[in-house]
Amino acid sequence: MTIEIRLPAMSPTMTEGTLSKWTVEEGGKISSGDVIAEIETDKATMELESDEEGVMGKIYIPEGSEGVLVGTLIAVILEEGEDMSALDNISEDEAPVAAVTEAASISVAASNAPVHSAPEELGFPEGTTFTTMTVREALRDAMAEEMRRDEDVFVMGEEVAEYQGAYKVTQGLHDEFGDKRVIDTPITEYGFTGLGVGAAMAGLKPIVEFMTFNFAMQAVDHILNSAAKTNYMSGGQIRCPMVFRGANGAASRVGAQHSQNFAPWYAAVPGLIVVSPYSAADCKGLLKSAIRSQNPVVFLENEITYGQSFEVPDIEDYIVPLGKASIVRSGTDVTIVSYSIGVKFSLEAADILAMEGISAEVIDLRTLRPLDMETVIASVKKTNRCIVAEEGWATCSISSEISARLMEDAFDYLDAPVIRVTNEDVPMPYAANLEEMTVLKPDWIVKAVQTVCYVKGDE
Amino acid sequence: MVKKTSKAAKPARRKPVKPKSYKAAPEELKDYYSQMLMMRRFEEKAGQMYGMGVIGGFCHLYIGQEAVVTGIQSALKKGDAIITSYRDHAHMLACKIDPKLILAELTGRSGGISKGKGGSMHMFSVEHGFFGGHGIVAAQVPLGAGLGFAAKYRGTDNVSVVYFGDGAANQGQVYEAFNMAALWQLPVIFVIENNQYAMGTSVKRASSETELYKRGESFGISGEQVDGMDVLAVKEAADRAVKWCRSGSGPILLEMKTYRYRGHSMSDPAKYRSKDEVQKMRAERDPIDQVKQRLLDGGIMTEEEMKALDKAHKTVIAEAAKFALASPEPAPEELYTDILVAE
Repeated sequence: MTIEIRLPAMSPTMTEGTLSKWTVEEGGKISSGDVIAEIETDKATMELESDEEGVMGKIYIPEGSEGVLVGTLIAVILEEGEDMSALDNISEDEAPVAAVTEAASISVAASNAPVHSAPEELGFPEGTTFTTMTVREALRDAMAEEMRRDEDVFVMGEEVAEYQGAYKVTQGLHDEFGDKRVIDTPITEYGFTGLGVGAAMAGLKPIVEFMTFNFAMQAVDHILNSAAKTNYMSGGQIRCPMVFRGANGAASRVGAQHSQNFAPWYAAVPGLIVVSPYSAADCKGLLKSAIRSQNPVVFLENEITYGQSFEVPDIEDYIVPLGKASIVRSGTDVTIVSYSIGVKFSLEAADILAMEGISAEVIDLRTLRPLDMETVIASVKKTNRCIVAEEGWATCSISSEISARLMEDAFDYLDAPVIRVTNEDVPMPYAANLEEMTVLKPDWIVKAVQTVCYVKGDE
Repeated sequence: MVKKTSKAAKPARRKPVKPKSYKAAPEELKDYYSQMLMMRRFEEKAGQMYGMGVIGGFCHLYIGQEAVVTGIQSALKKGDAIITSYRDHAHMLACKIDPKLILAELTGRSGGISKGKGGSMHMFSVEHGFFGGHGIVAAQVPLGAGLGFAAKYRGTDNVSVVYFGDGAANQGQVYEAFNMAALWQLPVIFVIENNQYAMGTSVKRASSETELYKRGESFGISGEQVDGMDVLAVKEAADRAVKWCRSGSGPILLEMKTYRYRGHSMSDPAKYRSKDEVQKMRAERDPIDQVKQRLLDGGIMTEEEMKALDKAHKTVIAEAAKFALASPEPAPEELYTDILVAE
């Protein structure tokens, strides 16, 4: 029997990978445990080992192929006693090459398609050129640019240096800036966060990376009690110019402890600035602002979007100001307020709504503290209807806050009650079907918009 | 004959040299006496003012522990950083911060060092290398390691002194900080002010290992127990610790055996120990009396000079108290300032 080698999923969020290298040629002998290929995933470069013994029969996906979908047949190993004729047994309907090429190209197109509005809508100067890059590349570039600019900026966290980042966000930084400024810490969130805050009190500008914000709960005392309050308690003497950053929000199939949105927790605390951008351009421009800020900034990224590509303007020293929301899609009938990955779902919902003749305006809050209510209220004055879409729990959420503020400050402009569209109010389940039932999706946003617009959706 | 080869010796961990008794110059001894007396008079005044209701909230007095901060501070130089817990008034005096600014902070007035917005537990002065004043038990330990990190990052030979109590010594973050400080060879002097009681719980009732100077051993941090009631013993140990850290040898741990005469805070009746225990300590080990005796024995100061000094201190404190009561409360606008740095 021939042994089919299919591209395995090598991380919770991996849907595709790059086949960077074959280490065995066709006809080469393979022992169990041999490395046969190198696969670049969304997180790292991984070695693919063979569980079986035999001879490499045929390689279907050549080296350098990008966007190869998980599950794609990449090679066939012949067992002892088999010859090349065994390859004929691979049935026509599995004919891998054509199918894979098509699948791969679709996947590449999908991940590269900017879901954002046309750049000119976002107010970039005419003639601005753009580079397509992923969110993780944009974040990395922001850190690298600021580290070049200011010797006092350094990054510390688990696996940020030699490993190149658990999610590859700090890739390349250690090579450029060395041990002094890119620091691998022990697994000791409470300790290294406190140490980072102390260094900031002494005037350095640390970027403290949490592998994910789930682990920042171990360190939350230093974020709230040491970083956020000291400027106030010292009558303005002790500053804390630093950034706490890392992945926040639902990941994929990692269960309740590793999949949750802490944005409302931090946004509740005076003395912090809280940022949770969506697009790569905003991630870059806002992270640069955050690093330059004299205040402690909680910078909430999203694991699912790390690998998504966007157009980032080729503007030198591209800065996005803290505290300013962005209208990412103009509309007239309803305002959809969101942030982080919720913006993606909102834009997708807006596309569906457009087909139904509803013109939705989508606002990306980008900064959650301070909230740019001016932009939200100006939009609501125009559309008279608002829903808030949030990938997180509804209770005491950013959506609750927006909803309350609209009641207080824009009640007279509303033609319908504000609706919060959020995740289900449950710990994140592991089972695929239950997880799917839990997390915010465009359909829910569409339905909520139909409700506030008093339009009946297709049943 | 087979020649015995010695096993490749594991490089012995460097240890600080054994203590020798410290010989203070007369002026130095007078200075310690003066400083400690000032601390005591200040704390007594703070206690009185608390009783009068002009100081609110929590107020933790340092009476009995004066030798610790006095001895250590005397070993430091400009650019060194210190950080401590909420029992911080004397540390500020040791940093030469004006008692007016401290007392006015205790009364919550605009003339206070934090404009009245910090209170007894939350005071700071970057100018004097004093980084607080922290209300969360042991939070200052990793923060202080960060101060040491900054000194090393900047390539200076400055050190960071992190004061914490025997109670804080049981917090997990202390050991997270020990680990990183040793791993990265940070210039940090960890000073455990072991005053025997974490609020009302004695060290014996809270710590499986009561010899707290041993707490750094598994991280490779040398530790030493010091008589924290004797300012000269403290000074001697501090000198060596500072030298150790400035030379790039990494962190070091000093356990200061000390004692607080008052309760944990003003609202603590201190029923967890006997009056005799406190009295015995006061009578036999008092840090100020010890120096006083040395001054008298050495003919460095007379009783009259000491009385004059005490009077002068009391005058300074009385003026500070006057200021702390006369200074207006913060303007209502101050409610909204210093939350974020304006950018």
